[in-house]
Amino acid sequence: MKQLPWWIRDAISAAIFVSALIGLSYGLEAIPIQGIAYYNRIIVLMGINITLAVSLNIINGHAGQFSLGHAGFMAIGAYFAAFLTVDYFSPWVNRIPEGPAQWLAQNGLLLLAVLSGGTLAAIAGFIVGQPSLRLRGDYLAIVTLGFGEIIRVVILNIDTVGAARGFIGIPAWSNFFWVYFFCGLTIALSWRLVNSSVGRAFLSVREDEIAAEAMGVDTTKYKVEAFVIGSFLAGVAGGLFAHYTPAYLNPTMFTFIRSFEIMAMVVLGGLGSISGAVVAAIILTFLPEGLRAAKDMLHMSKDPRMVIYSVMLVVLMLTRPQGLFGRREIWQLLRRKKS
Amino acid sequence: MPLLQTDAVTIRFGGLTAVSEFTLSMEPHELVGLIGPNGAGKTTIFNMLTGVYKPSEGEIQIAGTPTRHLKTPQIAALGVARTFQNIRLFKELNVLDNVKIGGHMHNRYSVATAFLHTAHFGQREEAAEREALDLLKIFDLHARAHDLARNLSYGDQRRLEIARALAARPKLLLLDEPAAGLNTGETIELMEKIHEIRDRFGLAILLIEHNMELVMGICERILVLNFGRTIAEGTADEVRGNPVVIEAYLGEPAEAAAL
Repeated sequence: MKQLPWWIRDAISAAIFVSALIGLSYGLEAIPIQGIAYYNRIIVLMGINITLAVSLNIINGHAGQFSLGHAGFMAIGAYFAAFLTVDYFSPWVNRIPEGPAQWLAQNGLLLLAVLSGGTLAAIAGFIVGQPSLRLRGDYLAIVTLGFGEIIRVVILNIDTVGAARGFIGIPAWSNFFWVYFFCGLTIALSWRLVNSSVGRAFLSVREDEIAAEAMGVDTTKYKVEAFVIGSFLAGVAGGLFAHYTPAYLNPTMFTFIRSFEIMAMVVLGGLGSISGAVVAAIILTFLPEGLRAAKDMLHMSKDPRMVIYSVMLVVLMLTRPQGLFGRREIWQLLRRKKS
Repeated sequence: MPLLQTDAVTIRFGGLTAVSEFTLSMEPHELVGLIGPNGAGKTTIFNMLTGVYKPSEGEIQIAGTPTRHLKTPQIAALGVARTFQNIRLFKELNVLDNVKIGGHMHNRYSVATAFLHTAHFGQREEAAEREALDLLKIFDLHARAHDLARNLSYGDQRRLEIARALAARPKLLLLDEPAAGLNTGETIELMEKIHEIRDRFGLAILLIEHNMELVMGICERILVLNFGRTIAEGTADEVRGNPVVIEAYLGEPAEAAAL
């Protein structure tokens, strides 16, 4: 593998990845378990959450910029992508007779809509990042928190996208394949970045800005870069979310509580750990669902799952304040235990 | 043309004049020491040279380029690298990555290159790795390349900071108390090292130090600062015998104080 030119090597890995995804997306639906659609839905939402957590980890874990506006960027991507499909793409697709041509148009246009949503979120990230990344720590957190809320309130007042009623009539084009395609892409991008000069620059900003500048690292440039990349991926995740069943958007889905949920995944996994963000996103997506069984098991009349969920978060943070994997990756921890 | 030229540089913080009319001209390859009691303004001068502070008055030129309107990274690109009095390593990163970040300006590439792992990526990364390991070898740190910087001993951390600064391929190296916290043996070793890197890389070095043995031993020229003013300048012997310097360090003679 090593001697092959870079583009052949990557094309082979990409081909393996895509065929595995295609196999899985048909395989998962075919599993003969009652209510498999419910589990599939959780798995897809998990993929979206992984994308969000890994992208926030680039901003927060690698570049060390405490951003609480991730739901805002997700909302921009979701609404813009949905707006494009509802107002332009969906009518075109409906004019094409059913068949391979329609299938191709539908998936191609979904890709275009999702990437456009990501791009608009990236532009928003750039505009917000330029002035606010001069701030540090708590101040940046407050600015991004405020920004996320502004986005939500603006959407709440745009009638073309449903305002407070919510955005209905979005075609449900998104599926397991696309969600995990972008999920894989996000993880690969994040991993390759952190092991490059760009990622080292991110880390140096996190570790010590003054020293980084003295070594010629343009800290503002790299902070904005991390912010733009993270926002783009959040926008992409939003676009995929918008087109996934029931394909309905409402501004209340993108409150700061959503930002906190994503932040919780990153912190729980360990700031800066990509595999940590992935594992934490899996746990925190599954946990509230898995805990539905607790009500019956404990013979309670009220549902205690969110209480248990919160207590578990508190216990986890008390026992492992550095997150599940700290700043390392899961395999680094396993290797250390062996030696 | 001198490598570094500062012309009557003054900086005030509110009513306090931290450095006043500091003038220094350094040729390439020179080794100059900056000494003075605590609070004399030595580190403030370093901060002005690297663009952390803007001088209130006066002009700083690096190889003929005025630095007044440049930011710290741009000044670093002109060939100024430094170490810090209170060690500022990237503590949670490994030793190798610390040095690689030092060489960031020479081995950087775009996000697209990083993502696609193009041939260019391979070349740059290989060069960064090779340069970093070479520098670590000079300071006998290559065996610890994959340890976290925070796990190094104090002396090793000081050496790593110098290695990181050298990775930036500077023309002027600013060392802020490189021997602080080192024992006598380590200090002597460091003196030899500083001499060695100066000759090997053809650097000019400006050095702040409280350890007189080190300063007097290796510096060709010494500036003495007190309360922000340059009170003496000359070779080690000239400075050593200068009554103004003795007074700054030890106070006035007893007879004078009694009057």
